[in-house]
Amino acid sequence: MKIVIINYGAGNIQSIKFAIKRLGYDSILSDDAEEIKSANKIIFPGVGEASNAMGKLISTGLDKVIPTLTQPVLGICLGMQLMCNHCEEGNTQGLGIFNYDVVKFDASQKVPQIGWNQIENLKSKLFSGIDEKEFMYLVHSFYVPLNKETIATTEYGVKYASAMQKDNFYGVQFHPEKSSTAGAQILKNFLEL
Amino acid sequence: MLTKRIIPCLDIKNGRTVKGVNFTNLRDAGDPVELAEIYANNGADELVFLDITATEQRRKTLSELVMHVAEKINIPFTVGGGISSVEDVEILLNSGADKVSINSSAVKNPQLINELAAKFGSQCIVVAIDAKQVEGEWMVHLVGGKVPTEIKLFDWAKEVENRGAGEILFTSMDHDGTKNGFANNALAHLSSLVNIPIIASGGAGNIQHFTDVFIEGKADAALAASVFHFKEIEIIDLKKELKNNNIPVRL
Repeated sequence: MKIVIINYGAGNIQSIKFAIKRLGYDSILSDDAEEIKSANKIIFPGVGEASNAMGKLISTGLDKVIPTLTQPVLGICLGMQLMCNHCEEGNTQGLGIFNYDVVKFDASQKVPQIGWNQIENLKSKLFSGIDEKEFMYLVHSFYVPLNKETIATTEYGVKYASAMQKDNFYGVQFHPEKSSTAGAQILKNFLEL
Repeated sequence: MLTKRIIPCLDIKNGRTVKGVNFTNLRDAGDPVELAEIYANNGADELVFLDITATEQRRKTLSELVMHVAEKINIPFTVGGGISSVEDVEILLNSGADKVSINSSAVKNPQLINELAAKFGSQCIVVAIDAKQVEGEWMVHLVGGKVPTEIKLFDWAKEVENRGAGEILFTSMDHDGTKNGFANNALAHLSSLVNIPIIASGGAGNIQHFTDVFIEGKADAALAASVFHFKEIEIIDLKKELKNNNIPVRL
């Protein structure tokens, strides 16, 4: 199986590579369109600021490539946010795979949300073997509101979409690569879809 | 519900843990990776590695260690100690650190916080603040509390938030090492003043101190070293007791 992690200068790619390795799989980092298109599974990571990240995708032409992919794609954290229409952070136009806008948590809660929170209303093979209310590690200031493609919800002042799925595209707001054994199970589920 | 975090802190010198640890089952008591794995398996929510290496090889040694830690453990970790530039941070994040913490370098060059937040995002920038009371006023100190500054803790906390820090790690030098409990009054005031998470540090001696720091101190996370390293407190027992006190924890 060929696993490609999209390399566009986003932070913490190393952790994802290691998490995949702990599951017994190899992965490669690439920003090459042909290499990405030839993969069986694609991970679209993302840590950092939305407008910078989107700028890098545009400069490499990957903004055109990612929405056309037909194999399973997993967007993580900012990766999931960039798959949406628009991000409030840096007033950034996203890839438009998910037709929703990413908005900021209001000041009734501490922002960013940092730490372990629960995922529930789980509705996907991605969560095989995962209990309702399992804890996942999250670090984010912006969120995707509940929508019809939501496959997991989390509550932080507001109940929001902590995971989404549309056709072959999956997005998770949490970091499976940093969420202990349950997070590893979710990554494994994705790789074995 | 977002849970309160328990964070063991490991002091590192030349790639090895420095404070004595009392884990009889360790193959190598000075191996930070092995200790980190044990903590990750025993319920720690996050880890902090504080590097106190003062040699020219420190950058390379530290990034190698970060890489080894990231390879083995599946919970987030922060790296701090001597970080003073965008390049330092880039190397550590690329090696697999989730967050970095800056302290003296932020006081000397506050603009560094803005630069790091803009380049890497606020979520991975922790500003560590050491403070103690001088004539009734909480004042920022440098070099582990040895060097006083003219900066007031609460002013500085507000400033680092405005400059883009994602989190504050506050250590009370008045409480650090005493094992008499955390600086709950100062922590509660900090928490009301800024809208970013506060990690409490300094003073942990028993389980009740953690209950107090979350309820009275309103902290989002609590950091400790020796009580965990010497097994005076097992993290699992600590979390069960916090849960009994209706404090949300990951169990």
